[in-house]
Amino acid sequence: MKKTYKIDVDCANCANKMEEATKKTEGVKDATVNFMALKMIVEFDEGAVPAEVMKNVLKNCKKVEDDCEIYL
Amino acid sequence: MNKKQKKVLIRIIVSASLLVLLNFIPVTGILRGVLYLIPYLVIGYDILIKAAKGIKNRQPFDENFLMAIATIGAFTIAVYEKSGDFNEAVAVMLFYQIGELFQSYAVGKSRRNISELMDIRPDYANLEAEDGTLSQVDPDEVEIGSIIVVKPGEKVPIDGVIVEGTTTFNTSALTGESVPQDAAPGNEVISGCINLTGLVKIRTTKEFGESTVAKVLELVENASSRKSRSENFISKFARIYTPAVCYSALALAILPPVALLLMGKAPGWDVWIYRALAFLVTSCPCALVICIPLSFFAGIGGASKAGVLVKGSNYMETLSEVRTVVFDKTGTMTEGVFEVAGVHHSTIENEKLLEYAALAESFSTHPISVSLRKAYGKEIDTSRVSDVKEIGGHGLTALVDGVSVAVGNSKLMDQLGVPSIECRSVGTVVHVALDGKYAGHILIADRVKPDAEKAIRALKRCGVHKTVMLTGDRKAVGEQVARRLGIDEVYTDLLPEDKVTKVEQLLASEKSHKEKLAFVGDGINDAPVLSRADIGIAMGALGSDAAIEAADVVLMDDNPLKIVKAIKISRKCLRIVYENIYFAIGIKLLCLLLVAIGAANMWAAIFADVGVMVIAVLNAIRVLNTKNL
Repeated sequence: MKKTYKIDVDCANCANKMEEATKKTEGVKDATVNFMALKMIVEFDEGAVPAEVMKNVLKNCKKVEDDCEIYL
Repeated sequence: MNKKQKKVLIRIIVSASLLVLLNFIPVTGILRGVLYLIPYLVIGYDILIKAAKGIKNRQPFDENFLMAIATIGAFTIAVYEKSGDFNEAVAVMLFYQIGELFQSYAVGKSRRNISELMDIRPDYANLEAEDGTLSQVDPDEVEIGSIIVVKPGEKVPIDGVIVEGTTTFNTSALTGESVPQDAAPGNEVISGCINLTGLVKIRTTKEFGESTVAKVLELVENASSRKSRSENFISKFARIYTPAVCYSALALAILPPVALLLMGKAPGWDVWIYRALAFLVTSCPCALVICIPLSFFAGIGGASKAGVLVKGSNYMETLSEVRTVVFDKTGTMTEGVFEVAGVHHSTIENEKLLEYAALAESFSTHPISVSLRKAYGKEIDTSRVSDVKEIGGHGLTALVDGVSVAVGNSKLMDQLGVPSIECRSVGTVVHVALDGKYAGHILIADRVKPDAEKAIRALKRCGVHKTVMLTGDRKAVGEQVARRLGIDEVYTDLLPEDKVTKVEQLLASEKSHKEKLAFVGDGINDAPVLSRADIGIAMGALGSDAAIEAADVVLMDDNPLKIVKAIKISRKCLRIVYENIYFAIGIKLLCLLLVAIGAANMWAAIFADVGVMVIAVLNAIRVLNTKNL
């Protein structure tokens, strides 16, 4: 399952870091952060609950880049 | 400017004014240092906090960390040397923030510019209720089969068929082509066009989400998510670059003084630590990381303005490396509008022969069948036709008025054991056999597109080595068209699956990975070929979902010159991407070197950092302009 989220982040490097952090989160199969469109496309593992997974994604993203936001 | 940016701007102004003021206050010693801390903290408190958080979260190597270490270090050196020159630390932080502000402003601005370019999203639909009253509703809420009214000056919100009124449409938002199109009842209209002259009523045939305009928007918005090789290279580069620079800085601070000490000379710790700090300031990789995706984003935006939809940054990259272009003939190089040019060797009346052929083909949507029906010109009574059997790549057989009719190419006649007469004229020949006897053939000719020849010449001029044409047509037809257009190679008599094999052969004969092959088709039954080629270009594909799905690049109208335009845009985009990569990395390395040998101080370092980024961003925005390509 793929879902798109709106994000807010200031620099392209930070966006790359968010992408890395999201990919490493459990329940996430693949993720792309599109800095220019300020969007994040997350592909979830089968059976994963997006709302739950996204909470962890946000936590992990905050860890690598404090100044970011994902609009869930 | 948004709130965040305004806040930073105010901090910059306050801090800069304080800094200037402090230079005129005659305080010395520790008190001076404490006073300088005020503008420093005003401008840099968030950086310090972020750096601390980064260390806490074990992600220390980012630019906040670099800036924090460098400026704190500069402060410490100033205290240690008792020079009282605290300007440097504050100024470095100040410039860094100015650079960041510019970057976020420029990116935000181009993000808006590009979104505006692609602003074809209709805001509302005028829904007509059954009693004839109009109400403005969200396009999402309009159901299939509803009647909507589009007034002059409004955008068509949803795909549909005109039921009342005539008008002209401006399709330029979708196709980049400014020639207006006339439309009358019965015509299909695609969403995103602008109604120019008259009021029309449209019966919707799709939901908004499935309409052309929604599809196009989704495609373009998601395009920059597919990252190119250069983008991946840069993110990998940035990942190893920052730690590498930090360790180099550490080495620069420790190794030379230790070496000097061992040689029995004065170590000059402060000099080397200062250089190491300046080294850190220089190293911030943001210019590099920002300008590459920005260039691609601008490229995709500029291309969509010109009616070329590129589905991803990676395809932009591949498109720029195209050296071989393979065309489908029908619908790509030729109009795909077949006209009956003559009936020859007929054993019965010409009209009668045409009638049999048109009836037999009455269920087919093949362009040839359409032209047969058009030439026949009368209403078709399908109840006269039965037992239709299609023989792929050959033709079909059917029972018309009890007569067994076979309509198709010479292969079909051979298969049926009917001797056929070759046609001397060039065109598509449809042989007809009635009750197993040869009854004559119908010559159908296709017009070559007016710009096809010009497009081939332009492709050659912009560095395409080889042009190839594939067609299911007969040798004579294919070769004649190829000769006229100046196409290098032509393969004829191909069934749809042969086209895939041919493209695979051509792919195998490519000399290097840097030379890519593009296949251009009209998206009708060539989806497998489109996906097999290095890059598949579908043209005139508006409304054809299969083609939009299968292709990597979609040309919004069917003018072959658009292929040239697409390649030129991609070349320009990639040229700017590489300019930025070489420029940013080059200047960075040069500055690092100058700083390491002590030829540049921290001021120069921060200027270089901000300057490179400004220039790279401005350069990236240049891609947006695709007019003169």
